[in-house]
Amino acid sequence: MKLLYFAWIRERTGRAEEDVELPADVTTLGDLVAWLRQRGEEFEHAFADPAVVRAAIDRTHAPLTAPIAGAREIAFFPPMTGG
Amino acid sequence: MAAAPAKIAVRVQREPFDQATEICHLSRLADVGAVVSFTGICRADGGRLAGLELEHYPGMAEAEIGRVAAEAAARWPILGATAIHRFGRIAAGEDIVLVVTASAHRAAAFAAAEFLMDWLKTRAPFWKREIFADGTAGAWVEAKDADDAAAARW
Repeated sequence: MKLLYFAWIRERTGRAEEDVELPADVTTLGDLVAWLRQRGEEFEHAFADPAVVRAAIDRTHAPLTAPIAGAREIAFFPPMTGG
Repeated sequence: MAAAPAKIAVRVQREPFDQATEICHLSRLADVGAVVSFTGICRADGGRLAGLELEHYPGMAEAEIGRVAAEAAARWPILGATAIHRFGRIAAGEDIVLVVTASAHRAAAFAAAEFLMDWLKTRAPFWKREIFADGTAGAWVEAKDADDAAAARW
């Protein structure tokens, strides 16, 4: 599965994108955040406050409760500040 | 006879845009009686900033603004809507975003333009960081609760 990171989440994880193989018990976006957090200090830092993290599944906004089965591309980013 | 679908155009680009051209384009659509435009401009903030760096999510940014524009067209009888958002380094004084709406009457054009901006700000995947006057990168701009409140009222 392809993961993308933007803005300060990208800076904290130290990467813009990566391909990952997920364990079978990672079934929601929330599970994915928990799994990412135990991958190292940089991920723990990036996802220290899951409440401020926004996510999109295949380029559509999704809540952390959303299932990720069948997703091709998941992105994590801070609240948007365009306009 | 059913009304023709609104002409919706969404562009996400690095290059500057020309407001006059975009406004004129929508004002020429058949049956238009009102055109409303909003331009968001990069502030120098009293000389503190050289500009902003705009990061975006390519693909999703266009798709999300398109969804917001389609929602505006479903809510109001607009004849056209154009939304342009820039990314990359934007110097103080330059334009960042443009929204233009066209309708037979002004009420729908005003409402749709305001709705488009409010929703664009909270839904479209763009992030700003400050570039100080000395050229160094500053902090990421934090999202404002007021923006969420503005979007929620619709």
